[in-house]
Amino acid sequence: MTTIAATGTDLHAHDHHDADHKPSFFARWFMSTNHKDIGTLYLIFAIFAGIVGGAISGLMRLELAAPGIQYLQGWASMMAGKEASLDEAYHMWNVLITAHGLIMVFFMVMPAIIGGFGNWFIPLMIGAPDMAFPRMNNVSFWLTVVAFIMLLGSSFVPGGTGLGAGTGWTVYAPLSTSGSVGPAVDMAIFSLHLAGAASILGAINFITTIFNMRAPGMTLHKMPLFVWSVLVTAFLLLLALPVLAAAITMLLVDRNFGGAFFDASAGGDPVLYQHLFWFFGHPEVYIMILPGFGIISQIVATFSRKPVFGYLGMAYAMVAIGVVGFVVWAHHMFTTGMSVDMKMYFTAATMVIAVPTGIKIFSWIATMWGGSVSFKTPMVWAMGFIFMFTVGGVTGVVLANGGLDDNLHDTYYVVAHFHYVLSLGAVFSLFAGFYYWFGKMSGRHLNEFLGHLHFWVFFVGVNVLFFPMHFLGNSGMPRRYPDYPEAFAYWNGVASTGYAIMAFGILIFFVNVIWSLVAGRRAEDNYWGEGATTLEWTLTSPPPYHQFETLPVIK
Amino acid sequence: MANSNAKTAFLAGALAVSMVGVGFAAVPLYRLFCQVTGFGGTTMRVDAAQAATVAATNKSIVIRFDANHRGDLPWEFKPERPTDTVSIGAKDMSIFLAKNLSSESVTGTASFNVTPELAGKYFNKIQCFCFTEQTLKPGEQVRMPVLYYVDPKIMTDPETKDIEEITLSYTFYPVEKPNTVDPQANGS
Repeated sequence: MTTIAATGTDLHAHDHHDADHKPSFFARWFMSTNHKDIGTLYLIFAIFAGIVGGAISGLMRLELAAPGIQYLQGWASMMAGKEASLDEAYHMWNVLITAHGLIMVFFMVMPAIIGGFGNWFIPLMIGAPDMAFPRMNNVSFWLTVVAFIMLLGSSFVPGGTGLGAGTGWTVYAPLSTSGSVGPAVDMAIFSLHLAGAASILGAINFITTIFNMRAPGMTLHKMPLFVWSVLVTAFLLLLALPVLAAAITMLLVDRNFGGAFFDASAGGDPVLYQHLFWFFGHPEVYIMILPGFGIISQIVATFSRKPVFGYLGMAYAMVAIGVVGFVVWAHHMFTTGMSVDMKMYFTAATMVIAVPTGIKIFSWIATMWGGSVSFKTPMVWAMGFIFMFTVGGVTGVVLANGGLDDNLHDTYYVVAHFHYVLSLGAVFSLFAGFYYWFGKMSGRHLNEFLGHLHFWVFFVGVNVLFFPMHFLGNSGMPRRYPDYPEAFAYWNGVASTGYAIMAFGILIFFVNVIWSLVAGRRAEDNYWGEGATTLEWTLTSPPPYHQFETLPVIK
Repeated sequence: MANSNAKTAFLAGALAVSMVGVGFAAVPLYRLFCQVTGFGGTTMRVDAAQAATVAATNKSIVIRFDANHRGDLPWEFKPERPTDTVSIGAKDMSIFLAKNLSSESVTGTASFNVTPELAGKYFNKIQCFCFTEQTLKPGEQVRMPVLYYVDPKIMTDPETKDIEEITLSYTFYPVEKPNTVDPQANGS
């Protein structure tokens, strides 16, 4: 990353009082076109969705804490308003796993990391007054809200065996076509359409902003790495989401208009759906993690008081991950009866991704190496990220092997793997970014002690929660079941305990946020000191309502 | 700048729209891919003239026949013989028997597959009854022939040369798909 010396005497001098004129409450928050306000809305929305999605996983860990069905039937009865059968209870389980997956992917991680931090800091970091299309930005946000309401609403209408869409987040046919009668799955699909459209509009907005609105002197190779990460992510969104839209539109046709895209009895092929879904689904996992990479790069450089090691390598490693991410999708489908040659290709191509990812991990460590590292809260989260993401990456290389995957496919080993890279990777980067930028966004400091406490409790919690899942998966416990034999009881009990620890950590986080918003110390302009070199630190905390009316010049 | 913004946004939007097109184009492309490569157990169709050019070899292979039908089709459907041992390259005819057990006329259509799926590209069908609609009157029984041969190239492909048995499976489905997607039909 280039150290940026913004010229001009004092940038604040340009922010005369007109820049801070804010519209009335309703116009400001409901008709918002200001990138910072929309970013805030996205963050609030993501926190809310995260609470819903996290509560759902709490229900699941409660049911899985011991063998047998303890609560599921009761919950299903509560939802249906009548005594639910065991089959309806099982359907309820499918609804829970579906909702947890879709909410966390589409309504927590993506809105927070792209919509929240992206909207807030892309314009600030490139020295732009706002996003290229502020009104379209508003449309993106509210489409996401409608999509979320749509998805939540689907759990109150029939979806086959019981209420709600119980297809898994992958919405595989034929379960999602002939297997799920009723409007719930249609609503869930429509929700995905809306969330997808919102993300595509957002991606167009980011690409235009980053390409056309950089401050004078900020070439592509001088952009902060977070901007690079969002640029690559926006392209992934643009290329991957339309394919999902096409695939789920075909599902709608098969469901409602007598189509047979995925109906074997009429010459269709359900495996085609899996190909289409994973052509989207694999880039989607990079969409969730790449902006996290960007955030971690900013933080590691800031708290090591060094520019990031190997800036160009870091930027192009993300480009490489994005490109290769499009040609590895069938490693999610090793058990669909591929030839050995195809398995070999997808195994090898998948493992290739470990190379640019390794470059990133190496460069973060090399940035810290010999740096003057200060262990502020964002930095411990960033280091937690690097450690946890590496663990998830290693199990990813294991799973990439077509031969091994025949055994591990759809076991808890896979669940452990993707929670290490997402729930511990992406979520750690979200918390790191939140602790890093909260002062800039709100003008108040978060409490350092509570931040560290949150980190340690959360770190222990998620590891106790997810690490035993490796053992469960290796012993053959399949995912997506509400019950298991006695043999799996011990580690499931441990995992559920881990959930409780993690939930307590989240509680500390909320106490910290609320306490800081009310009584936190006022944040200075650049409260992280000399290591923080990007443009947002040249502004006040919080930044003026409109910034950079005179564009900063980058040398 | 507004102008160049519109241009960038237009290009990005066009990229997204074209990817929707790619998504839908995947359907015919995938079908074509399966037909050409035998991917996923897709068998090959050949005409009689092509079949005449293939000579029988003296290595034999076991062909197992499987016949099944979806539960809501009131038919009995079975192969006349469960297995045939044929010379690779030699043409063979096998007969499937279908009988309507109900008191109404029922129309069905069959899909098919071979396993191991890798054998699909060497399993050549000259004549078969796949995807043709078959209406059976109450109690009527029909004999449906499949004329096929196994391509001798199966013996040289390293992925398939060890295959000693191929299963040809047919599944019959009712043609009026009863309420698979009709929400009203579901009581819950």
